[in-house]
Amino acid sequence: MIKLLTKYIINFIVLIFVQVFILNNFQFGGFINPYIYVLFILILPFETPKWFLLIIAFLLGFSIDIFSHTPGMHSSATVFMAFSRVQMLKTLSPRDGYETETTPSIKDYGGKWFLKYTIVLVFIHHIFLFYIEVFSFSDFFITFFRATISTLFSVALIMVIQFFYKK
Amino acid sequence: MKNLLKFILRIHFFLLFVIIEVFSISILINHNNFQRISYLRFVNNSSGEIYERINNFRLYFSLKDENEMLIKENVRLKNILQTTYRSDDVFFRSINDSIKNQKYYYTSARVINNTINKQHNFITLDKGSNDGIRVEMAVVSKDGVVGIVKAVSKNYSTVISVINKDLRISARHKKSGYFGSAYWNGGKYNKAVLSDIPLHAQISIGDTIVTSGYSTIFPTDFPIGYVSAYRKKGGSFYEIDINLSADFKKLTVVNVVENLMRKEKIALENELKNNTND
Repeated sequence: MIKLLTKYIINFIVLIFVQVFILNNFQFGGFINPYIYVLFILILPFETPKWFLLIIAFLLGFSIDIFSHTPGMHSSATVFMAFSRVQMLKTLSPRDGYETETTPSIKDYGGKWFLKYTIVLVFIHHIFLFYIEVFSFSDFFITFFRATISTLFSVALIMVIQFFYKK
Repeated sequence: MKNLLKFILRIHFFLLFVIIEVFSISILINHNNFQRISYLRFVNNSSGEIYERINNFRLYFSLKDENEMLIKENVRLKNILQTTYRSDDVFFRSINDSIKNQKYYYTSARVINNTINKQHNFITLDKGSNDGIRVEMAVVSKDGVVGIVKAVSKNYSTVISVINKDLRISARHKKSGYFGSAYWNGGKYNKAVLSDIPLHAQISIGDTIVTSGYSTIFPTDFPIGYVSAYRKKGGSFYEIDINLSADFKKLTVVNVVENLMRKEKIALENELKNNTND
């Protein structure tokens, strides 16, 4: 249990570090901006209390906000994603439920399942984030396009990282 | 209460989500300039629109009052219009004669009826007792004597014109100072006659004839006309033809003159008469 907690704390710190100091500093083609820190929410154990999920999502988002000087933007998007995760897990659950001692990961549930899970949640997060950044529905399609492209990049990066975990 | 707690417990996840989300977005709006401005613009736009609609709706209820107000306003403005006014150039002016200690009070009035082709010509003015016009006030134009007020109603007054055979005015030959009586002989509208000037008076054509001031009606030395011709009549007097200085054919605005000392003078003279009779 302590080991698990340490692992997640390290995950938390490393993801924020990577996001803030590496990914935020380069943008592909001007408007592609991958956010991989949401991976932390994705891989939290199934048994995580729902209220704790929201709070940890807020803390994660707020940490990113503090470093990128956008208070509230990432926190709201991440909380929204955490809220969606509960429903998403319900929808994607296998016929006989999730087994104990497993986490939502490629290692336990396979690449296809994880890809579906990741794409949907990351897309939800990105859509929310990009629209709240623009803060209007004018230029709806431009924002939508940016969110979609960024989602593809984020998902790709998250899958790569997951493959590392697998080993 | 128990049920409420149960309910809150059941939806605690959603409730927490909403709370955190609202909190995040409030932070976002309060600490990010761009989002704050967008938010305020949105709020202003929508609240402005709602207020406008409510206001538009409310205007219907006040339409009746509004109409009444407009009608009143219209009436008020129409009353101000010059054409509605019976006379817009109403003014009064006072003349203080410091030497004779006599005060004349001028009122302007409009000529609304005027005849010149009869033997007994009258002028009607658009001022009456309401405007302070009384019987036996003098009427003058800017050029000369016009007549004497004969009768007044509330808003109108009739003036016996100088060119009326019944009117006699106490007049004076200005240069010599001799006085006589001026009257109209029923001839041309711009001619009059001055009689009773003694033969030893030096008369020449063009001399000014003015009011004598003895009658208490006309102010002293107000022009009546100019000498056009003179002849002897009846042995010791001249009969002088006068060109009237006031043009009776185009009278429009005249002044009605009130002699404020008139009553005093008449009272004094009557007293004298009564005393002599006794």
